[in-house]
Amino acid sequence: MATITVDGKEIEIGDNERLNVIQAADRAGVSIPFYCWHPGLSVVASCRMCLVETGTKNKETGEISMVPKLVPACQTPAKDGTVVVTNSPKVKANQNFVQEGILLDHPVDCPICDQAGECWLQDYYFEFGHQERRADIHPFTSKRRELGPHVSLFADRCVMCSRCVRFTREVSGEGELMVIDRGSHAEIDVFPGFPIDNKMSGNVNDICPVGALCSTDFLYEQRVWFLEAQNSVCTKCSTGCATQMHVNQNQLYRIQPRFNPNANDWWMCDAGRYENQFVTAPERLDGVVIRRNNAWEPLDWPHAIREVYNHVADVALNHGGSHLAVVLSPFLSCEEAYLLASYAVSILSDVTLVVGKIPVVGHDEKFKSGFTIRAEKCPNRRGVEEIVKHFGKQPLDWDGMLAKIATGEIKGAYVTGGYGDPWIDDAEAAKFEHLESLVVQDILPSPLARRAKLVLPGVTAFEKDGSYVNHAGLIQSASWGLRPHGGAHVDGQTFSDLLGRRGIYNAADVLKELAAKVPFFARCTDGVPPAGLNLVTGQEKHPLTTELGTVTHPTPTFRSEGSRMLEVETPTR
Amino acid sequence: MQPDDKSIKWVREPQLGIAGRMYLTPLFDGLATTAKHFFSTVKGDGFTRQFPEERPEFGNPLIYRGVHRLNKDDEGRVKCVACFLCATACPAHCIDIVGTEAPWKDREKYPQSFVIDELRCIFCGMCEEACPVDAIELTSLFDLTGASREEMIFDKEKLLSVYDMTVEAEPMKSKSMAEAAGQPAGKGH
Repeated sequence: MATITVDGKEIEIGDNERLNVIQAADRAGVSIPFYCWHPGLSVVASCRMCLVETGTKNKETGEISMVPKLVPACQTPAKDGTVVVTNSPKVKANQNFVQEGILLDHPVDCPICDQAGECWLQDYYFEFGHQERRADIHPFTSKRRELGPHVSLFADRCVMCSRCVRFTREVSGEGELMVIDRGSHAEIDVFPGFPIDNKMSGNVNDICPVGALCSTDFLYEQRVWFLEAQNSVCTKCSTGCATQMHVNQNQLYRIQPRFNPNANDWWMCDAGRYENQFVTAPERLDGVVIRRNNAWEPLDWPHAIREVYNHVADVALNHGGSHLAVVLSPFLSCEEAYLLASYAVSILSDVTLVVGKIPVVGHDEKFKSGFTIRAEKCPNRRGVEEIVKHFGKQPLDWDGMLAKIATGEIKGAYVTGGYGDPWIDDAEAAKFEHLESLVVQDILPSPLARRAKLVLPGVTAFEKDGSYVNHAGLIQSASWGLRPHGGAHVDGQTFSDLLGRRGIYNAADVLKELAAKVPFFARCTDGVPPAGLNLVTGQEKHPLTTELGTVTHPTPTFRSEGSRMLEVETPTR
Repeated sequence: MQPDDKSIKWVREPQLGIAGRMYLTPLFDGLATTAKHFFSTVKGDGFTRQFPEERPEFGNPLIYRGVHRLNKDDEGRVKCVACFLCATACPAHCIDIVGTEAPWKDREKYPQSFVIDELRCIFCGMCEEACPVDAIELTSLFDLTGASREEMIFDKEKLLSVYDMTVEAEPMKSKSMAEAAGQPAGKGH
């Protein structure tokens, strides 16, 4: 164990932790301000905000020898015997001058700046800034400039921390961004004709500590202090990035990554961030419909539950359980898959359980930092597979089921969907045409839903609580942020009603039940921590709460808590 | 505590005299007040006004909190930059703004829509306090009436028309207040 002294307080850190002084001080509850340092990027020590006094303590004599100059805390490794002073007049004066220097040519257009409310300049100004502007310089102002499809640059607000430049070089690896010109003329820019359009470009908006880079999609949409954050999990591919959805008045405004060293580190891809139009698509299914006399008739939910039983159980009881296929979509959460599988085997124990269609698009795309966008475009294949394996007598995959439908072995099906993109074409859906009964539960109309006898509306991952198992076996829990669309019910509620359970579906309780029943999920007995649990290897990193939330913004409470890197707690509703 | 406790001091109401028992004194007291006001009104220096023919005068219209207006800049464009600070400060949640990129070169953001529900408004003036560009102001129009609820929901055009209507009588407050304080306009901050 290495002993570090921060402002007279001694803390111990592990031998192999390789922390810098900012991180070590944060463990001691002391926050050192910084702009350019980011735990996921290389160190440039260019902003000079984190300068502190350091020294070494001789273990034997206890004598402390200090370095005469201030040194950047981000660049100084915390070693055994390191002594850090962050509150001396010298350090304070430096922070004050750096802050003043940055604000000299900052336009201070906070009222129209999207970053206002989560701006590091604003926060630090109250802690470290001068009370008034001493120089009467009018900063130049420039209009918004688009650097890429998702990235807008306001050059005059930039503090030249170069985080975005380092991101494109070290994480996404495309290197579109650069610093042009020198000194006070320095500016972030791209080469003409080479916009920043890589698949992770949205992250530069997050890591920008000020309002220089703003998300074009979120621009002027909403002020950030109106937004309420909910922890979520991205469902766009099997990486399962930990995310946060920002919601106000039941409207989804933006999605940002949440630090999870087991899945996505600090990043997420643009597809997960921006391609969520299906949530508010006008064609979303919003009520139960049943086909009667070749026409669709609306149905209320209590009747719908009975009709599902009529449609599904008739096939099983007339022909035998194996002639009924219950398809568990890889977009269902583990809890929902468990409830649906339990329902299926409660009709007859040999009902055929099928893992829904796994959408695969292209190849895995690995970026320079190791961040991967997976070809498998669904969040929960592994979880559903394990549940199907546990409950099903003869588990099938989607193609296996299609073959059995073609031979006439399967006479009825209950298909769950939840896919955000079109997932089934007319030719494939036509294979279901001669089934005796077909119940489809989906979020969007599809060729399959048009052929169904009964269509139940489901919800997206933004509207339901649930846990998902990613490609590596990491289970993560997501909470709901939006109310179900129209007259749709949360899928778990529908399955719970089908099982004849009373009351409101509670994902946490169902997960406990699942953990007790299915050995694969045994580790989830006490719930799932924010960084997830790896159900395959049984090992995962559990970042300290102080290490979370560093990517986007410190919590609004950081000032009172004394640390800028505290976990961004999900506000209680 | 018992009724015969020694620390309890028993008191009796004073007995009324004969005039008091007939309620004569208070009756004449009341009549005297009525008569005083009656004669002072007849004399013409009283408090009664013939509203609406006679408009009340305000001590200082600059600090009166009546109907809102949205100020215009020198070029006749809406001054508001859609920063939402008024909506944030509003305790009645009666302001609804939709911001978007401004169509002008020298401005970045402006309100595409700016709606105040005058029925919900409590005329506290917090919006005016919060505004960083002195775009929203409360005028001294106080007799706001409407025939329907919809009529009382003021959109951007209507708020700008209130400005046109009142700007002659009440110039923009930031300027007027600065002049009143003996400072050149625009150096308030």
